[in-house]
Amino acid sequence: MTTEALSPSASRVVEGPRGAKPKRLTISRIGVYAFLVLAALFFLMPLWVMVVTSLKGMPEIQMRNLFAWPSELTFEPWIKAWDTACTGRDCNGLKPGFWNSIKITAVGTFFSIVIAAMNGYALSFWRYKGANILFGLLLFGAFVPYQVVIYPLILGFRQVGLFGTFPAIIIVHVIFGMPILTLLFRNFFVSLPPELFKAARVDGAGFWQIFFQIMLPMSVPITIVAVILQVTGIWNDFLFGTVFAGRENMPMTVQLNNIVQTTTGVREYNVHMAATILTAAVPLAVYFISGKWFVRGIAAGAVKG
Amino acid sequence: MQHSVSIRDLSLNFGNVRVLENLNLDIAQGEFIVLLGPSGCGKSTLLNCIAGLLDVTDGQIFIGGKNVTWEEPKDRGIGMVFQSYALYPQMTVERNLSFGLRVAGMKKDEIEKRVARAAEILQIGPLLQRKPVELSGGQRQRVAIGRALVRDVDVFLFDEPLSNLDAKLRSDLRVEIKRLHQRLKNTMIYVTHDQIEALTLADRIAIMKNGVIQQLADPHTIYNRPVNLYVAGFIGSPSMNFIQGELKGGAQPTFVADDGTVITTGNYQFDEAPAASVKAVLGVRPEHIVIGEAAHAMPFSTDVEIEIVEPMGSDTLAWTKIAGHPVTFRCSSDTEIRVGQNLKAGFDTARGSIFNAETTNRV
Repeated sequence: MTTEALSPSASRVVEGPRGAKPKRLTISRIGVYAFLVLAALFFLMPLWVMVVTSLKGMPEIQMRNLFAWPSELTFEPWIKAWDTACTGRDCNGLKPGFWNSIKITAVGTFFSIVIAAMNGYALSFWRYKGANILFGLLLFGAFVPYQVVIYPLILGFRQVGLFGTFPAIIIVHVIFGMPILTLLFRNFFVSLPPELFKAARVDGAGFWQIFFQIMLPMSVPITIVAVILQVTGIWNDFLFGTVFAGRENMPMTVQLNNIVQTTTGVREYNVHMAATILTAAVPLAVYFISGKWFVRGIAAGAVKG
Repeated sequence: MQHSVSIRDLSLNFGNVRVLENLNLDIAQGEFIVLLGPSGCGKSTLLNCIAGLLDVTDGQIFIGGKNVTWEEPKDRGIGMVFQSYALYPQMTVERNLSFGLRVAGMKKDEIEKRVARAAEILQIGPLLQRKPVELSGGQRQRVAIGRALVRDVDVFLFDEPLSNLDAKLRSDLRVEIKRLHQRLKNTMIYVTHDQIEALTLADRIAIMKNGVIQQLADPHTIYNRPVNLYVAGFIGSPSMNFIQGELKGGAQPTFVADDGTVITTGNYQFDEAPAASVKAVLGVRPEHIVIGEAAHAMPFSTDVEIEIVEPMGSDTLAWTKIAGHPVTFRCSSDTEIRVGQNLKAGFDTARGSIFNAETTNRV
């Protein structure tokens, strides 16, 4: 066998393509960028109109320069929307609705996630008899139209005296969040190595110890996804809030609707715009802060299992 | 004598699939048993049954003389080591080791003492404050072994513990497990599909196929006196050579290969001497075939032509044909041997194995 060293013939580089291919700006590429910029501007247009309108006084709005930057900047509409705008009979602005929504979202998100995590954990690790049937039924719940369930729920809550109370709206959100969240958690737990669970059992940990000490600390990513889903879902909810929450606990979305619908005298477009932006601010913020996590978690939870 | 682990009439079905069938196994105190078989033979399932991670369909399991068939894993006095390590990722090594003890509510100083002892035995002291992700594969498996060690159990269960490691680490850790066994003298049940691990570690090997133990014996017997064709073909690398033919019964039985070659059985020890002629298979291990001068001294020798030569470094493997059947044999790497060479090859049937072709059992 010959042991010929591979001598580098670097001195004799042949002319022609070498290394990475250079990237040039072609006509088609410019076209693509132009289209993307235009599309982005088009979708930003309503937001622009909302922002500038909310910063104008009523006389200026009536001049109908929809896209123009306000000639006289005013934050009056924002203050009014938050503090003194009339929602039906009360004139306290969006403020009470904001705090109601915060309460409903926080409590609802907490309970729906805790319960869904336990469901997912039990369904994926403790393969008891009928677990698959139960899971199927739970998933089926995701496809039941709300309209079918609302009236029976109203009757049920009325029977136990919970209708129109804070617990009622929480229970509703927990129930309707359960199928999708359980699916999310189950798929996440199924993707974990089953040996982890076996090892914990050999170590003598029980149902709750394995859940709280092993599984829950590992499910931070999927919990963040669940939080995002529930926070935006519950915050944006209008239907359940109107039906179940009762006057005391009306969420922000319902109050926004009331402000916009209240017709006494002139329509205060600037206040409406400010109120709308205020209401949308929370989910928007959630998306901006957690965009990366959201995509990652959805991919991790949905593809496997 | 009291058995450390006894399995009686164990059966396990998954739906309609029979995974384990009427399995019996007695393991002595301090014995190192290896369950060996291909994937899907039920060896890991059997281990999970012993650990209590699977409910059995029928039968009983005794550990330390106590019937533990219905006991929880933690009450069986076992520790288990998994192929994927299964370390708790969010805990440090120290907390991984102590988890079981903390769950059991043991006193803090006793936990510390046990963790320190395990860390000393496994030489993982410097790693105690690290998380599993910061460890190499070999270190992780040591921690996993340590987790079983701190619990001070009678029986260690290993589920293919070395299969995720690279070849070098695997042989290092293999020696370490053997050393650990010699030091602790615990009963160990070890599942693997790697026959080298089985042959090197085991006091006794149980070779499994389709949920049934084919042969349970010490490595030497398994290797030299396999009870059936399956065991003979499974153990040994390169695998045993098989020559089909017929075994002529009588006072001095002879083996006639299907091309008419007569091979004397010499001093072959028959389990039961065949009365009549039966279809049979003669099995000869590659290292029992000799060539050249030495072949003349063998009870059977013949002329062969070399077809393929595979130098393996420590020795050389050659392919040829004997009695019309492809045969490999092993020779020293110093032997001058080349393709197309004609030479004499021979063996002593007494060192081989003869199987009944119909029942596949050893005769």
